[in-house]
Amino acid sequence: MAFLNALPGAIAEGLIWGLMAIGVYISYKILDIADLSVDGSICTGMCVCAVLIANGVPAWVSILVAFLAGAVAGTVTGLLHTAFGIPAILAGILTQLMLYSVNLTILGGKSLVQISFRQYSLMLSMSDNIRAIIVASAVIAVVIVLLWLFFYTEVGLTLKSTGDNPDMSRAQGVSVNFNKVLGLAISNGVVALSGALLAQYKGSANINEGRGAIVIGLAAIFIGLSVSMKIKPNFVVSLIGVIGGGIVYYVIYNFVILIGLKTDYLKMLSAIIVAIFLAVPYLKGRYFTKQKPISGILR
Amino acid sequence: MLKITNLQKTFNPGTVNAKTALNGFNLHLAEGDFVTVIGGNGAGKSTMLNAIAGVWKPDFGKIEIDGVDVTNMPEHKRAKFLGRVFQDPMKGTAPDMEIAENLSIAARRGQKRKLIWGCTRKDREEYKKLLAQLELGLEERITTKVGLLSGGQRQAVTLLMATLSKPKILLLDEHTAALDPKTAAKVLSITNKLVTENSLTTLMITHNMHDAIAYGNRLIMMHEGHVVVDVSGEEKKKLTIEQLLGLFEQASGSQFSDDKVMLSKQR
Repeated sequence: MAFLNALPGAIAEGLIWGLMAIGVYISYKILDIADLSVDGSICTGMCVCAVLIANGVPAWVSILVAFLAGAVAGTVTGLLHTAFGIPAILAGILTQLMLYSVNLTILGGKSLVQISFRQYSLMLSMSDNIRAIIVASAVIAVVIVLLWLFFYTEVGLTLKSTGDNPDMSRAQGVSVNFNKVLGLAISNGVVALSGALLAQYKGSANINEGRGAIVIGLAAIFIGLSVSMKIKPNFVVSLIGVIGGGIVYYVIYNFVILIGLKTDYLKMLSAIIVAIFLAVPYLKGRYFTKQKPISGILR
Repeated sequence: MLKITNLQKTFNPGTVNAKTALNGFNLHLAEGDFVTVIGGNGAGKSTMLNAIAGVWKPDFGKIEIDGVDVTNMPEHKRAKFLGRVFQDPMKGTAPDMEIAENLSIAARRGQKRKLIWGCTRKDREEYKKLLAQLELGLEERITTKVGLLSGGQRQAVTLLMATLSKPKILLLDEHTAALDPKTAAKVLSITNKLVTENSLTTLMITHNMHDAIAYGNRLIMMHEGHVVVDVSGEEKKKLTIEQLLGLFEQASGSQFSDDKVMLSKQR
């Protein structure tokens, strides 16, 4: 019964983290870059949104500004990686660290800014989970449609090919470096957008929020894709699958709390889930597949 | 069409591993030339092709394509002049994307890419016709992910991609070397068809002396980073493998040595 009561909240929060996982999907799955700056940019999204709302800016404007702030953060990571030749993982870590200072500055040196739904007009809040689910779903639907349209444009196709085969992309006149920056900007923008929703949902922005976000994002991606790839391996179904993965993650998360696991262990649990999803395909390939004979080249 | 002047490239300069791959390399291609390139181990064939493609900058020398100095132009910018097919069939296509999507990316090579539909229905109809020319049945599979195709099929698609928006120069880097003999022959005949139909200026590296003699209107042999044999026209048509080896020994003062090439002597 307690579990059922917690379900709407778990779904609402799962949706928001699912949106964040879509951002991670763009960098990790499409660009083939493990971008650690998202741990910082989700918090940037929260801080920007909370501070703007606290200063009387309408919530819908605040989430758009949060998106842009995330996109700037992604651009920084992208430039550190492409223009200055820093390995992508390290570039992400550097941006993440920079963002901690940036986020503190945005919060005006405080570690917490509260935006209570009683005081401000918010798009969504944990006080009304049904409404939160509807609003989050609507935002996600808009993001998915825009991404779907974008990734089938001339520019969008080259973004996909950049991650899929950089050699081929360069040979076809695609600026791989520009595309990496663009992709990371979009990715971190979406992540910050989810942070903006999260700040409203929780009614606060906390400087320590977002630590390990990439791991939650990856967990949602792996859970989601393990199902959606079996249904239909196309772009939109994958994105919806990732959202589903976020929900499943948060339902499990709530369940684990309800059966009495200390919340201290939850990050460990997330990390183990991701490690398992990453390890299984490798181990399978290494120990459980027979060497395939080289089959006929032309039909 | 292509003018390479005194090109020089040393890898790992100043170390014990220093290797001069191109040493005063000169080459002049007329429009429509179909040149086969042959040479021993480490003669600098691939290095020469990569220099034209802009994979890295030469130490000095000059590369001009159709009168444009491209020596310092980055790889993706000079791609508008070039069609490229690599030795590795995996390298030329994006495996996780549809055949049609791969072709549409190639079709817009050299154009400014916009935020408009990247692969229209009209494009798809066009690609179907072009794929049908390959006679591999791929026209029925344009929504298939390229990663599901065989090596030979992928090389054929790459060839189509390379020639789709007519390149000034087509660069083929031993593009049949990774294929079995039957498939290699098929891909080579597709190559010949595309090159002659579009009268493309082409540089084709091969390790097969028969192919080097049978295809194209000109043949060059490389040794230690420069051209040592250059035959064309009637002279090339009448060439035999023995004559070719003779020419090489005369020009370079050494025996021709390349296992792959020597093995391909016996067909």
